[in-house]
Amino acid sequence: MINTIYRLVAPRKFQMDYENIDIHNSEVIVRPTYLSICHADQRYYQGQRDPKVLEKKLPMALIHEAIGRVVYDRTGKFKIGDRVVMLPNLPPYFDEVIAENYMKGTKFRSSGYDGYLQEYIATNVDRILLLPDAIHNHVAAFLELISVAMEAINRFEQHSHVGKGVIGVWGDGNLGYITSLLLKKIYLESKIIVFGKNLEKLLDFSFADETYLINDIPDNIIVDHAFESVGGSGSGAAINQIIDLIEPEGTISIMGVSEYEVGINTRLLLEKGIVLIGNSRSSLLDFKQTIEILCKNPDTVEYLERLISCVIEVSNMQQIEEAFENDIRKSYGKTILKWNA
Amino acid sequence: MSRAKVFGIVLAGGMGYRMGNSDKPKQYMELGNKPIIIHTIEKFYIHPEIEKIIVLCPKAWVKHTENIIKKYIQSTSNICVIEGGETRNDTIMNAIAFVEERYGLSEDTIIVTHDSVRPFVSHRIISENIKYAKLYGACDTVIPASDTIVRSDNGDYITDIPERKYMYQGQTPQTFKAPILKEMFLSLSEEEKEILTDAAKILLLKGQKVYLVQGEVSNIKITYPFDVRVAQTLLAGEKHD
Repeated sequence: MINTIYRLVAPRKFQMDYENIDIHNSEVIVRPTYLSICHADQRYYQGQRDPKVLEKKLPMALIHEAIGRVVYDRTGKFKIGDRVVMLPNLPPYFDEVIAENYMKGTKFRSSGYDGYLQEYIATNVDRILLLPDAIHNHVAAFLELISVAMEAINRFEQHSHVGKGVIGVWGDGNLGYITSLLLKKIYLESKIIVFGKNLEKLLDFSFADETYLINDIPDNIIVDHAFESVGGSGSGAAINQIIDLIEPEGTISIMGVSEYEVGINTRLLLEKGIVLIGNSRSSLLDFKQTIEILCKNPDTVEYLERLISCVIEVSNMQQIEEAFENDIRKSYGKTILKWNA
Repeated sequence: MSRAKVFGIVLAGGMGYRMGNSDKPKQYMELGNKPIIIHTIEKFYIHPEIEKIIVLCPKAWVKHTENIIKKYIQSTSNICVIEGGETRNDTIMNAIAFVEERYGLSEDTIIVTHDSVRPFVSHRIISENIKYAKLYGACDTVIPASDTIVRSDNGDYITDIPERKYMYQGQTPQTFKAPILKEMFLSLSEEEKEILTDAAKILLLKGQKVYLVQGEVSNIKITYPFDVRVAQTLLAGEKHD
């Protein structure tokens, strides 16, 4: 079967390519239905990655956050029409020690491997999960991003000490919102404080115990542990502010991506015995736990719904471009694509 | 009797005489690693709204078509291969007769008729054909004409140059509520049947509205050797990771 793939060939330029899918060599085939644009996609689309990286990775279909419906399943695990979330990690094998999202050789959709801007997705049966009705399409579309926050929280739980009275989250963007929301649901006894630079955005964190502007933090504020979800050029300043405010032996979970190397205050880091945890992407387990937590907490789904800035129906290449341009202009939240191409 | 309502009708009746030296009907030529007709059938096979697929081909090609479907698609319980008719419309009527006999015709039986030599048809085009045939009774897939259309009644001089913005190029699928098409075809005189080579035109002649579905430039019809080369070039652009 000839499958249409919408690949980015150069910044702001898509092209339709065609590839054969051998149906019976595929475990499952999914028709994408709702997709969500991520900052990482925008960095490719706007040409903000290093030119050498762009040259190596393009042409490539963007987008790694998506859901769809099963149209073929050789394994018999799913029914035709089942609504599923797709996992962008494609690990080469199972390893008992190294998680699939950190393993060497793991492919990741829309990062050197074609993402979900395709007519059909052929994948392995362990790369899709059934979506319960409780999680509706628009929120499910960015379940991958929610699972990234889940992954960071799981690793935090593994590597942090039990004193979790105050947890700080740096960053008032989408990932900061999701991480602080999940922390609030998981650590019922902890105080969750969000630190950001935009007052308008911080006002949306109504579920948090406290919020502060990063240039106006009261002297008495300290945190036991912290999550950094700032990224970009603000990474260094955020991490250093955390090092200043964190209690000894606290953990800093780093989630924000920066194109540049970051200088941090290692003297104080060493002095306080701080544990740095790097986090990237997510695994099958994180997806499963995310689905479970959203099903148990319907109000969390409602909070997440507030992140949706717009839903755009996309039927052709021009509309894909328009959606990406619209996403650049948005003031907050997630752009969801209703996929009809 | 099955309650199937939406049928994919793959028209493989043409003998491909326009293909120059080729001795094979064009739908059986290889594209990538499989025959063109297999690519086309697969697009219908994978579409969740298509319940049954009927492939119509010349009598001499029925067994061969069954064999290659078994080879490439394997699970063939939803696919039947039957003999086509003399003309395109006869072939479609054969399909309707087969559907009626095997599954029964009801008011909402939909047939999505498609050229076997258009393997680049998309999921969206098939979905919209089904949607609008259900809504309006009939629809036709088109793209806005990119070339100026010139009409000549005698082949020597221009009779008319219609305004391009009103001109479209017809593709397939053409999709119908089967009982409507059947009724209108049977009401045609023999003379009308000879003139009417297009199923949608039958409906127009009888006053039935036919809705336009937006096609794709890529939904090409592989008719000439040049088209085969274009199709091969499109597929050859595969990126290997």
